[in-house]
Amino acid sequence: MTAALEISRLGYRVPGGASLVEDLSFTVGIGETLVLLGRSGSGKTTTLKLINRLLEPSAGEVRVAGERAADLPVTRLRRRIGYVIQEIGLFPHFTVERNIGLVPSLEGWPSPRIADRVREMLALVGLDAATFGARYPHELSGGQRQRVGVARALAADPPLLLLDEPFGALDPITRVELQREFQGLEQRLGKGMVFVTHDVREGLLLGTRIGLMQGGRLVFLGTAEEFRASRLPEAVAFRSAADPGPPARG
Amino acid sequence: MDLLRFYARNSQEVVGLVWQHVYLVLISTIVAILIGVPLGIALTRRPAWRGTVLGLANVFQTIPSLALFGFLIPLPFLGGIGARTAIVALVLYALLPIVRNTYTGIVSVDPAVREAGRGMGMTDGQLLRLVELPLSMGVILAGVRVATVVGVGTATIAAAIGAGGLGVYIFRGVATVDNTLILAGALPAALMAIAADGLLGLAERRLAWRRT
Repeated sequence: MTAALEISRLGYRVPGGASLVEDLSFTVGIGETLVLLGRSGSGKTTTLKLINRLLEPSAGEVRVAGERAADLPVTRLRRRIGYVIQEIGLFPHFTVERNIGLVPSLEGWPSPRIADRVREMLALVGLDAATFGARYPHELSGGQRQRVGVARALAADPPLLLLDEPFGALDPITRVELQREFQGLEQRLGKGMVFVTHDVREGLLLGTRIGLMQGGRLVFLGTAEEFRASRLPEAVAFRSAADPGPPARG
Repeated sequence: MDLLRFYARNSQEVVGLVWQHVYLVLISTIVAILIGVPLGIALTRRPAWRGTVLGLANVFQTIPSLALFGFLIPLPFLGGIGARTAIVALVLYALLPIVRNTYTGIVSVDPAVREAGRGMGMTDGQLLRLVELPLSMGVILAGVRVATVVGVGTATIAAAIGAGGLGVYIFRGVATVDNTLILAGALPAALMAIAADGLLGLAERRLAWRRT
């Protein structure tokens, strides 16, 4: 079975400037969620943008569901990758329905099929289609908006989902709610996911594996258990930031 | 009273001048939209040209209107006496607000929305048509409104180079020190400007997306 995402020796250098991502390799299987953890500026978001070619890699290779990303027309590639960003980026002049149905309509699905799919997606993220379908994004709460963002990313049934701190801008209570629901979704969907966050607890909750980034490199890659046990200084720093605990340890 | 009697006696000429005036403003505004909106869009794709293009449009805007008509008259093809020269000048005037507002409107679309659109696989054309233009329609129409209202005013001066319009009465009235004649031109010109402003303001509120 082909992996949802394979990355080998990926690198990105700003034209005439610094290197932001270096020698990055990992694989995300179907049904697996790789959490990319790291400080601001460690290259997490850049990595996502290299995968959907919002940035063009300067080295290495990306394969999505077995196909070389560089060989596909960029719009086709992106329509096969769900993308959720922290600011959500719902189209403010589109209703919830039209936002969710966007990629299917770009792909030329017939409209009854789009309508069915939109209803299905709204149900999946726990929103009532009759209540919310015709609303505009500004009529929703932050949590509802982010649910619509996830529904929109899933609408065309992409094999791979990229999520860039999707719950970062929410209040703590809503955030925990959405994290729990997302945990349920992950298991049902059977997709490959790359989930970027700087919140360790979120990472450990949602990730089947954790990748820790530092200075544009992947310095750790392993299961949550392995991450908890890791003696790598950056991993220790992240753990102690999440759980200050008693002071004065090693 | 004098004014009403004047209109009654010269109704045919009045209608002709009003029509000429509307024609000058309408044609020049349409041409300015056809040039200005694509130009404004092009600037958002080639930001390096922004300084040059907006600077040039700004220069046209700065030249006093009568002087601009004067500059154009000796030019071959564009110039000469008559409506064509006036329309060229009015287009040059209308360009700045339309180009500038198109550019500003598109540039001020929320970057997260633009990134989401591109990240979901919209082509550049789809992003423009489905997202950027609808979201900046209010700002673009505001530019068209300014251009039209200024155009109604500037078109009164077009009479000085033989393009007709309501300025004919104003200039004739000034020359013969006839207040009735001045008012006969000035009043409908003013009303026309107010009407254009109101109408386009209505269109702006109707067509612009807004979060209320």
